[in-house]
Amino acid sequence: MKITVNTDVCIGAAMCTGLSPQVFTLDEEGIVSLRETNPPEELRARIEQAVGFCPVAAIKIQD
Amino acid sequence: MVHRTPRRITIVGASIAGLRAAESLRRRGYDGALTLVGEEAITAYQRPALSKSYLTGDRQASDLVLPRQDLDADLRLSTRAVQLDTAARQVWLREDDGPPYPQPYDGLLIACGTRARRLPGGDLAGVHTLRTVADADALRADLRTGGPRVAIIGGGFIGQEVAATARGLGLDTTLIDPLPVPGARALGLRTGQVLAGLHTDHGTRLRMGCGVTGVEGGDRVTGVRLSDGGLVPADVVVVGIGVEPAADWLAGSGVLLDNGVRCRGNLAAYGAPGIAAAGDIACWDHPRLGRPVRIEHWENAVRQADTAAGTLLDGVSAPAYDTTTMFWSNLYDSRVQVVGHPGPDDTLEIVEGDPKTRRFVGIYRNDTGGPTGVLLFNMAHRLADYRGTGLDEGLPSSLAS
Repeated sequence: MKITVNTDVCIGAAMCTGLSPQVFTLDEEGIVSLRETNPPEELRARIEQAVGFCPVAAIKIQD
Repeated sequence: MVHRTPRRITIVGASIAGLRAAESLRRRGYDGALTLVGEEAITAYQRPALSKSYLTGDRQASDLVLPRQDLDADLRLSTRAVQLDTAARQVWLREDDGPPYPQPYDGLLIACGTRARRLPGGDLAGVHTLRTVADADALRADLRTGGPRVAIIGGGFIGQEVAATARGLGLDTTLIDPLPVPGARALGLRTGQVLAGLHTDHGTRLRMGCGVTGVEGGDRVTGVRLSDGGLVPADVVVVGIGVEPAADWLAGSGVLLDNGVRCRGNLAAYGAPGIAAAGDIACWDHPRLGRPVRIEHWENAVRQADTAAGTLLDGVSAPAYDTTTMFWSNLYDSRVQVVGHPGPDDTLEIVEGDPKTRRFVGIYRNDTGGPTGVLLFNMAHRLADYRGTGLDEGLPSSLAS
Protein backbone atom coordinates (compact mmCIF):
# COMPACT_ATOMS: atom_id res chain seq x y z
CA MET A 1 0.00 0.00 0.00
CA LYS A 2 1.40 3.38 -1.00
CA ILE A 3 0.06 6.58 0.53
CA THR A 4 0.61 10.27 -0.10
CA VAL A 5 -0.25 13.42 1.83
CA ASN A 6 -0.78 16.87 0.37
CA THR A 7 1.10 19.19 2.69
CA ASP A 8 -0.11 22.24 0.73
CA VAL A 9 -3.66 21.76 1.95
CA CYS A 10 -2.94 20.26 5.40
CA ILE A 11 -4.37 22.41 8.19
CA GLY A 12 -2.97 20.39 11.08
CA ALA A 13 -6.30 19.11 12.34
CA ALA A 14 -4.41 16.04 13.56
CA MET A 15 -7.18 13.56 12.87
CA CYS A 16 -4.72 11.27 11.06
CA THR A 17 -2.00 11.35 13.71
CA GLY A 18 -4.50 10.34 16.35
CA LEU A 19 -5.84 7.44 14.30
CA SER A 20 -2.55 6.11 13.00
CA PRO A 21 0.48 7.58 14.76
CA GLN A 22 2.66 4.84 13.23
CA VAL A 23 2.11 6.38 9.82
CA PHE A 24 1.36 10.08 10.30
CA THR A 25 3.09 12.73 12.35
CA LEU A 26 2.94 16.52 12.61
CA ASP A 27 6.00 18.71 12.40
CA GLU A 28 6.69 21.79 14.54
CA GLU A 29 4.54 23.89 12.22
CA GLY A 30 1.69 21.44 12.65
CA ILE A 31 1.90 20.10 9.11
CA VAL A 32 1.53 16.40 8.40
CA SER A 33 4.42 14.24 7.29
CA LEU A 34 4.68 10.51 6.74
CA ARG A 35 6.67 8.19 8.92
CA GLU A 36 6.11 5.51 6.30
CA THR A 37 5.15 5.90 2.66
CA ASN A 38 4.61 2.16 2.23
CA PRO A 39 2.90 1.11 5.43
CA PRO A 40 2.13 -2.57 6.05
CA GLU A 41 -1.25 -3.90 4.99
CA GLU A 42 -2.39 -4.48 8.59
CA LEU A 43 -2.60 -0.70 9.06
CA ARG A 44 -5.00 -0.27 6.13
CA ALA A 45 -8.19 -0.03 8.21
CA ARG A 46 -6.77 2.79 10.35
CA ILE A 47 -5.39 4.63 7.34
CA GLU A 48 -8.74 4.37 5.55
CA GLN A 49 -10.32 5.85 8.67
CA ALA A 50 -7.82 8.69 8.56
CA VAL A 51 -8.83 9.40 4.96
CA GLY A 52 -12.46 9.64 6.09
CA PHE A 53 -11.65 11.93 9.03
CA CYS A 54 -9.37 14.38 7.20
CA PRO A 55 -11.28 17.66 6.83
CA VAL A 56 -9.30 18.70 3.75
CA ALA A 57 -8.97 15.36 1.93
CA ALA A 58 -5.19 15.56 2.11
CA ILE A 59 -4.53 11.81 2.33
CA LYS A 60 -4.61 9.47 -0.64
CA ILE A 61 -4.16 5.72 -0.70
CA GLN A 62 -2.64 4.51 -3.94
CA ASP A 63 -3.04 0.76 -3.87
CA MET B 1 -39.84 -4.96 21.72
CA VAL B 2 -38.11 -6.92 18.98
CA HIS B 3 -35.88 -4.75 16.87
CA ARG B 4 -36.47 -5.14 13.16
CA THR B 5 -33.62 -4.13 10.89
CA PRO B 6 -34.77 -1.21 8.75
CA ARG B 7 -35.10 -1.44 4.97
CA ARG B 8 -35.82 2.20 4.19
CA ILE B 9 -33.45 4.64 5.83
CA THR B 10 -33.54 8.39 5.37
CA ILE B 11 -30.70 10.58 6.57
CA VAL B 12 -31.59 14.23 7.08
CA GLY B 13 -28.35 16.15 6.65
CA ALA B 14 -25.74 15.57 3.93
CA SER B 15 -22.86 17.31 5.61
CA ILE B 16 -20.03 15.41 7.27
CA ALA B 17 -22.13 13.51 9.85
CA GLY B 18 -24.84 12.54 7.37
CA LEU B 19 -22.42 11.48 4.67
CA ARG B 20 -20.21 9.46 6.97
CA ALA B 21 -23.31 7.82 8.49
CA ALA B 22 -24.42 6.77 5.01
CA GLU B 23 -21.00 5.28 4.34
CA SER B 24 -21.06 3.50 7.69
CA LEU B 25 -24.48 1.97 6.96
CA ARG B 26 -23.20 0.50 3.70
CA ARG B 27 -19.95 -0.64 5.30
CA ARG B 28 -22.01 -2.43 7.95
CA GLY B 29 -23.82 -4.33 5.22
CA TYR B 30 -27.06 -2.39 5.02
CA ASP B 31 -28.39 -2.98 1.49
CA GLY B 32 -31.85 -1.41 1.74
CA ALA B 33 -33.04 1.89 0.34
CA LEU B 34 -30.99 4.91 1.42
CA THR B 35 -32.04 8.54 0.97
CA LEU B 36 -29.66 11.36 1.82
CA VAL B 37 -31.24 14.78 2.24
CA GLY B 38 -29.14 17.95 2.25
CA GLU B 39 -30.24 21.55 2.59
CA GLU B 40 -27.25 22.91 0.72
CA ALA B 41 -26.61 22.25 -2.99
CA ILE B 42 -23.52 20.09 -2.34
CA THR B 43 -22.70 17.09 -0.17
CA ALA B 44 -20.26 17.22 2.74
CA TYR B 45 -17.49 19.72 2.21
CA GLN B 46 -14.58 21.38 3.98
CA ARG B 47 -16.70 23.53 6.24
CA PRO B 48 -13.77 24.54 8.50
CA ALA B 49 -12.31 26.41 5.51
CA LEU B 50 -15.29 28.78 5.33
CA SER B 51 -13.92 31.05 8.06
CA LYS B 52 -10.35 30.89 6.77
CA SER B 53 -8.84 29.98 3.40
CA TYR B 54 -12.14 30.06 1.50
CA LEU B 55 -12.56 33.75 2.38
CA THR B 56 -9.10 34.70 1.14
CA GLY B 57 -8.75 32.35 -1.83
CA ASP B 58 -10.57 31.96 -5.10
CA ARG B 59 -11.91 28.47 -4.69
CA GLN B 60 -15.43 27.61 -5.73
CA ALA B 61 -17.82 25.77 -3.46
CA SER B 62 -17.43 22.62 -5.59
CA ASP B 63 -13.68 22.64 -4.82
CA LEU B 64 -14.49 22.09 -1.15
CA VAL B 65 -16.59 18.96 -1.63
CA LEU B 66 -15.07 15.96 0.12
CA PRO B 67 -14.59 12.70 -1.75
CA ARG B 68 -17.29 10.17 -0.96
CA GLN B 69 -17.60 6.46 -1.40
CA ASP B 70 -20.12 4.96 -3.77
CA LEU B 71 -23.25 5.00 -1.63
CA ASP B 72 -25.98 3.70 -3.92
CA ALA B 73 -28.11 6.39 -2.30
CA ASP B 74 -30.88 8.64 -3.49
CA LEU B 75 -29.38 12.12 -3.07
CA ARG B 76 -31.85 14.94 -2.47
CA LEU B 77 -29.90 18.18 -2.37
CA SER B 78 -31.20 21.73 -1.92
CA THR B 79 -33.85 19.91 0.09
CA ARG B 80 -34.78 20.30 3.73
CA ALA B 81 -36.98 18.44 6.15
CA VAL B 82 -39.99 20.55 7.14
CA GLN B 83 -41.98 18.19 9.37
CA LEU B 84 -41.78 14.78 10.96
CA ASP B 85 -44.77 12.45 11.46
CA THR B 86 -43.51 9.68 13.72
CA ALA B 87 -46.89 7.90 13.83
CA ALA B 88 -47.02 7.51 10.05
CA ARG B 89 -43.20 7.21 9.89
CA GLN B 90 -42.95 9.90 7.27
CA VAL B 91 -40.62 12.81 7.05
CA TRP B 92 -41.89 15.72 4.96
CA LEU B 93 -39.31 17.15 2.59
CA ARG B 94 -39.22 20.27 0.52
CA GLU B 95 -36.90 21.07 -2.37
CA ASP B 96 -36.20 24.79 -2.61
CA ASP B 97 -39.62 26.43 -2.90
CA GLY B 98 -41.36 23.32 -4.20
CA PRO B 99 -44.31 21.68 -2.47
CA PRO B 100 -43.64 19.57 0.63
CA TYR B 101 -43.88 15.82 0.03
CA PRO B 102 -43.79 12.83 2.37
CA GLN B 103 -40.85 10.44 2.47
CA PRO B 104 -41.61 7.16 4.26
CA TYR B 105 -38.92 5.68 6.49
CA ASP B 106 -38.40 2.84 8.90
CA GLY B 107 -35.06 4.22 10.00
CA LEU B 108 -34.34 7.94 10.32
CA LEU B 109 -30.99 9.50 11.06
CA ILE B 110 -31.07 13.15 12.09
CA ALA B 111 -27.83 14.88 11.17
CA CYS B 112 -28.95 18.31 10.00
CA GLY B 113 -26.67 20.14 12.40
CA THR B 114 -27.12 23.69 13.51
CA ARG B 115 -27.75 27.11 12.09
CA ALA B 116 -26.11 30.38 12.98
CA ARG B 117 -27.84 32.42 15.65
CA ARG B 118 -28.83 35.82 14.31
CA LEU B 119 -28.84 39.19 15.95
CA PRO B 120 -32.34 40.58 16.47
CA GLY B 121 -32.80 43.36 13.93
CA GLY B 122 -29.53 42.44 12.23
CA ASP B 123 -30.91 42.20 8.70
CA LEU B 124 -29.12 45.21 7.20
CA ALA B 125 -26.97 44.75 4.12
CA GLY B 126 -23.39 44.14 5.21
CA VAL B 127 -24.38 42.12 8.28
CA HIS B 128 -23.38 38.47 7.97
CA THR B 129 -23.54 35.18 9.76
CA LEU B 130 -21.25 32.34 8.71
CA ARG B 131 -22.36 28.74 8.52
CA THR B 132 -22.93 27.72 4.91
CA VAL B 133 -21.10 28.12 1.61
CA ALA B 134 -23.70 30.69 0.58
CA ASP B 135 -22.92 32.66 3.76
CA ALA B 136 -19.20 32.49 2.99
CA ASP B 137 -19.72 33.57 -0.63
CA ALA B 138 -21.64 36.64 0.51
CA LEU B 139 -19.08 37.52 3.19
CA ARG B 140 -16.16 36.98 0.82
CA ALA B 141 -17.68 39.36 -1.72
CA ASP B 142 -18.17 42.04 0.93
CA LEU B 143 -14.69 41.64 2.45
CA ARG B 144 -13.11 42.15 -0.96
CA THR B 145 -15.00 45.24 -1.96
CA GLY B 146 -13.45 48.59 -1.14
CA GLY B 147 -11.34 47.66 1.89
CA PRO B 148 -14.17 47.64 4.42
CA ARG B 149 -13.85 48.20 8.15
CA VAL B 150 -14.87 44.92 9.78
CA ALA B 151 -16.57 44.46 13.15
CA ILE B 152 -17.10 40.99 14.53
CA ILE B 153 -19.67 40.39 17.21
CA GLY B 154 -18.70 37.38 19.31
CA GLY B 155 -15.22 36.24 20.33
CA GLY B 156 -15.75 32.50 19.99
CA PHE B 157 -13.95 30.35 17.45
CA ILE B 158 -15.84 31.58 14.39
CA GLY B 159 -15.49 35.22 15.39
CA GLN B 160 -11.79 34.87 16.14
CA GLU B 161 -11.10 32.99 12.92
CA VAL B 162 -12.92 35.58 10.81
CA ALA B 163 -11.01 38.33 12.64
CA ALA B 164 -7.70 36.66 11.84
CA THR B 165 -8.74 36.19 8.23
CA ALA B 166 -9.91 39.79 7.86
CA ARG B 167 -6.61 41.04 9.29
CA GLY B 168 -4.82 38.72 6.88
CA LEU B 169 -6.59 40.66 4.11
CA GLY B 170 -5.22 43.84 5.67
CA LEU B 171 -8.61 45.06 6.83
CA ASP B 172 -9.31 47.27 9.84
CA THR B 173 -10.80 44.70 12.22
CA THR B 174 -12.50 44.91 15.61
CA LEU B 175 -13.56 41.91 17.70
CA ILE B 176 -16.34 42.51 20.25
CA ASP B 177 -17.36 40.24 23.14
CA PRO B 178 -18.98 40.76 26.57
CA LEU B 179 -16.39 38.58 28.30
CA PRO B 180 -12.99 40.02 29.32
CA VAL B 181 -11.01 38.03 26.71
CA PRO B 182 -11.74 36.12 23.49
CA GLY B 183 -12.30 32.37 23.59
CA ALA B 184 -13.16 32.41 27.29
CA ARG B 185 -16.40 30.46 26.95
CA ALA B 186 -14.67 27.40 25.53
CA LEU B 187 -11.15 27.69 26.90
CA GLY B 188 -11.32 29.83 30.03
CA LEU B 189 -9.77 33.16 30.99
CA ARG B 190 -6.13 32.14 31.11
CA THR B 191 -6.11 30.80 27.55
CA GLY B 192 -8.24 33.77 26.54
CA GLN B 193 -5.49 36.11 27.71
CA VAL B 194 -3.04 34.40 25.39
CA LEU B 195 -5.54 34.68 22.55
CA ALA B 196 -6.08 38.36 23.31
CA GLY B 197 -2.34 38.98 22.95
CA LEU B 198 -2.31 37.06 19.69
CA HIS B 199 -5.06 39.25 18.25
CA THR B 200 -3.65 42.57 19.37
CA ASP B 201 -0.14 41.67 18.15
CA HIS B 202 -1.67 41.10 14.72
CA GLY B 203 -3.45 44.43 14.78
CA THR B 204 -6.98 43.29 15.56
CA ARG B 205 -8.67 45.77 17.87
CA LEU B 206 -10.40 44.17 20.86
CA ARG B 207 -13.52 45.56 22.48
CA MET B 208 -13.89 43.09 25.32
CA GLY B 209 -16.32 43.36 28.19
CA CYS B 210 -18.77 45.04 25.82
CA GLY B 211 -22.27 43.92 25.03
CA VAL B 212 -23.93 44.92 21.78
CA THR B 213 -27.21 46.79 21.75
CA GLY B 214 -27.66 46.83 17.99
CA VAL B 215 -26.33 47.56 14.54
CA GLU B 216 -26.71 50.98 12.96
CA GLY B 217 -27.20 52.03 9.38
CA GLY B 218 -29.66 52.88 6.61
CA ASP B 219 -29.40 50.89 3.41
CA ARG B 220 -26.24 49.31 4.70
CA VAL B 221 -24.71 48.79 8.09
CA THR B 222 -22.51 51.62 9.33
CA GLY B 223 -21.56 50.45 12.79
CA VAL B 224 -22.15 48.42 15.92
CA ARG B 225 -23.61 50.13 18.99
CA LEU B 226 -22.09 48.92 22.26
CA SER B 227 -23.74 48.60 25.66
CA ASP B 228 -21.36 51.21 27.09
CA GLY B 229 -22.71 53.70 24.55
CA GLY B 230 -19.70 53.45 22.25
CA LEU B 231 -19.90 52.89 18.53
CA VAL B 232 -17.65 50.68 16.40
CA PRO B 233 -17.84 52.07 12.85
CA ALA B 234 -18.04 49.21 10.37
CA ASP B 235 -18.88 48.53 6.73
CA VAL B 236 -19.06 44.78 7.29
CA VAL B 237 -20.36 43.13 10.46
CA VAL B 238 -20.01 39.43 11.17
CA VAL B 239 -22.29 38.01 13.84
CA GLY B 240 -20.59 35.05 15.52
CA ILE B 241 -22.79 34.53 18.56
CA GLY B 242 -23.09 30.77 18.32
CA VAL B 243 -25.36 28.31 16.66
CA GLU B 244 -28.59 26.59 17.54
CA PRO B 245 -29.78 23.09 16.62
CA ALA B 246 -31.76 23.07 13.35
CA ALA B 247 -34.58 21.24 15.08
CA ASP B 248 -37.65 23.38 14.34
CA TRP B 249 -39.04 20.77 11.90
CA LEU B 250 -39.09 18.25 14.76
CA ALA B 251 -41.39 20.31 16.99
CA GLY B 252 -44.49 18.38 17.97
CA SER B 253 -43.19 15.13 16.43
CA GLY B 254 -42.67 13.33 19.71
CA VAL B 255 -38.91 13.37 19.32
CA LEU B 256 -37.62 14.77 22.59
CA LEU B 257 -35.95 18.13 22.11
CA ASP B 258 -33.79 19.88 24.69
CA ASN B 259 -30.65 21.60 23.43
CA GLY B 260 -30.95 19.52 20.24
CA VAL B 261 -32.27 15.99 19.79
CA ARG B 262 -32.10 14.25 23.13
CA CYS B 263 -30.51 10.86 22.68
CA ARG B 264 -29.63 7.83 24.73
CA GLY B 265 -25.99 6.92 25.20
CA ASN B 266 -26.00 5.11 21.85
CA LEU B 267 -27.53 8.12 20.05
CA ALA B 268 -31.01 6.58 19.71
CA ALA B 269 -33.47 9.48 19.95
CA TYR B 270 -35.82 9.63 22.93
CA GLY B 271 -39.50 9.87 22.13
CA ALA B 272 -39.93 7.91 18.91
CA PRO B 273 -38.70 4.54 17.63
CA GLY B 274 -36.36 4.00 14.70
CA ILE B 275 -34.62 7.34 15.01
CA ALA B 276 -31.02 8.23 15.85
CA ALA B 277 -29.05 11.47 15.68
CA ALA B 278 -25.42 12.40 15.07
CA GLY B 279 -23.22 15.47 15.03
CA ASP B 280 -23.94 19.01 16.15
CA ILE B 281 -27.64 18.38 16.72
CA ALA B 282 -27.28 15.33 18.98
CA CYS B 283 -27.48 15.91 22.72
CA TRP B 284 -26.73 12.52 24.18
CA ASP B 285 -26.47 10.94 27.60
CA HIS B 286 -22.72 10.99 28.01
CA PRO B 287 -21.90 7.67 29.71
CA ARG B 288 -18.86 8.91 31.61
CA LEU B 289 -19.91 12.45 32.45
CA GLY B 290 -23.39 11.35 33.50
CA ARG B 291 -25.14 14.31 31.86
CA PRO B 292 -26.42 15.27 28.41
CA VAL B 293 -23.71 16.69 26.17
CA ARG B 294 -23.84 18.30 22.73
CA ILE B 295 -20.62 18.94 20.81
CA GLU B 296 -20.16 21.11 17.73
CA HIS B 297 -16.87 19.79 16.39
CA TRP B 298 -15.74 17.93 13.30
CA GLU B 299 -14.25 14.82 14.81
CA ASN B 300 -17.24 14.29 17.05
CA ALA B 301 -19.55 14.46 14.03
CA VAL B 302 -17.57 11.83 12.13
CA ARG B 303 -17.42 9.51 15.11
CA GLN B 304 -21.05 9.88 16.07
CA ALA B 305 -22.05 9.16 12.48
CA ASP B 306 -20.64 5.67 12.82
CA THR B 307 -22.24 5.03 16.21
CA ALA B 308 -25.64 6.31 15.07
CA ALA B 309 -25.51 4.13 11.96
CA GLY B 310 -24.88 1.10 14.15
CA THR B 311 -27.72 2.07 16.46
CA LEU B 312 -30.18 2.39 13.56
CA LEU B 313 -29.29 -1.10 12.38
CA ASP B 314 -28.98 -2.83 15.74
CA GLY B 315 -31.57 -1.01 17.85
CA VAL B 316 -31.29 0.43 21.31
CA SER B 317 -29.06 -2.41 22.46
CA ALA B 318 -26.23 -0.91 20.40
CA PRO B 319 -23.21 0.25 22.46
CA ALA B 320 -22.93 3.76 23.86
CA TYR B 321 -20.89 6.56 22.34
CA ASP B 322 -18.07 7.34 24.72
CA THR B 323 -15.18 8.91 22.88
CA THR B 324 -12.89 11.75 23.82
CA THR B 325 -12.51 13.85 20.71
CA MET B 326 -10.36 16.81 19.81
CA PHE B 327 -10.92 20.10 18.07
CA TRP B 328 -8.72 22.80 16.63
CA SER B 329 -8.58 26.38 15.54
CA ASN B 330 -6.05 28.09 13.29
CA LEU B 331 -5.57 31.80 13.99
CA TYR B 332 -3.02 33.94 12.14
CA ASP B 333 0.11 31.79 12.24
CA SER B 334 -0.95 29.89 15.37
CA ARG B 335 -2.46 26.44 15.76
CA VAL B 336 -4.58 25.71 18.78
CA GLN B 337 -5.54 22.10 19.46
CA VAL B 338 -7.63 20.80 22.31
CA VAL B 339 -8.09 17.19 23.31
CA GLY B 340 -11.18 16.58 25.41
CA HIS B 341 -13.79 19.11 26.38
CA PRO B 342 -12.74 21.42 29.19
CA GLY B 343 -15.27 23.62 30.93
CA PRO B 344 -14.75 27.40 31.11
CA ASP B 345 -14.17 27.25 34.85
CA ASP B 346 -11.58 24.49 34.76
CA THR B 347 -8.09 25.40 35.86
CA LEU B 348 -5.31 25.42 33.29
CA GLU B 349 -2.02 24.04 34.49
CA ILE B 350 0.95 24.72 32.19
CA VAL B 351 3.04 21.56 31.85
CA GLU B 352 5.35 22.46 29.00
CA GLY B 353 6.56 25.65 27.32
CA ASP B 354 5.49 29.18 28.19
CA PRO B 355 2.27 31.06 27.40
CA LYS B 356 4.34 34.23 26.88
CA THR B 357 5.97 32.65 23.84
CA ARG B 358 2.64 31.21 22.69
CA ARG B 359 4.19 27.77 22.58
CA PHE B 360 2.92 25.69 25.43
CA VAL B 361 0.93 22.70 26.60
CA GLY B 362 -1.62 23.01 29.36
CA ILE B 363 -3.88 20.56 31.14
CA TYR B 364 -7.35 21.57 32.22
CA ARG B 365 -8.57 20.23 35.54
CA ASN B 366 -12.03 20.45 37.07
CA ASP B 367 -12.74 21.42 40.69
CA THR B 368 -11.87 17.94 41.93
CA GLY B 369 -8.56 17.95 40.06
CA GLY B 370 -9.65 15.53 37.36
CA PRO B 371 -8.24 16.19 33.87
CA THR B 372 -10.84 17.42 31.39
CA GLY B 373 -8.67 18.42 28.47
CA VAL B 374 -5.27 19.14 27.04
CA LEU B 375 -4.46 22.38 25.24
CA LEU B 376 -1.64 22.48 22.73
CA PHE B 377 -0.78 26.01 21.65
CA ASN B 378 1.59 25.82 18.69
CA MET B 379 2.72 22.44 19.96
CA ALA B 380 1.21 20.18 17.33
CA HIS B 381 4.32 18.01 17.22
CA ARG B 382 3.67 17.04 20.85
CA LEU B 383 0.10 15.97 20.27
CA ALA B 384 0.77 12.26 20.07
CA ASP B 385 2.41 12.32 23.49
CA TYR B 386 -0.65 13.82 25.09
CA ARG B 387 -3.21 12.00 23.08
CA GLY B 388 -1.86 8.54 23.82
CA THR B 389 -1.49 6.19 20.91
CA GLY B 390 -4.97 6.38 19.48
CA LEU B 391 -7.95 8.71 19.32
CA ASP B 392 -10.20 6.09 20.88
CA GLU B 393 -8.29 6.02 24.11
CA GLY B 394 -9.26 9.38 25.43
CA LEU B 395 -7.09 11.33 27.81
CA PRO B 396 -3.96 9.40 28.75
CA SER B 397 -4.25 7.85 32.18
CA SER B 398 -0.93 9.47 33.12
CA LEU B 399 -2.81 12.77 33.40
CA ALA B 400 -5.10 11.51 36.13
CA SER B 401 -4.35 13.16 39.43
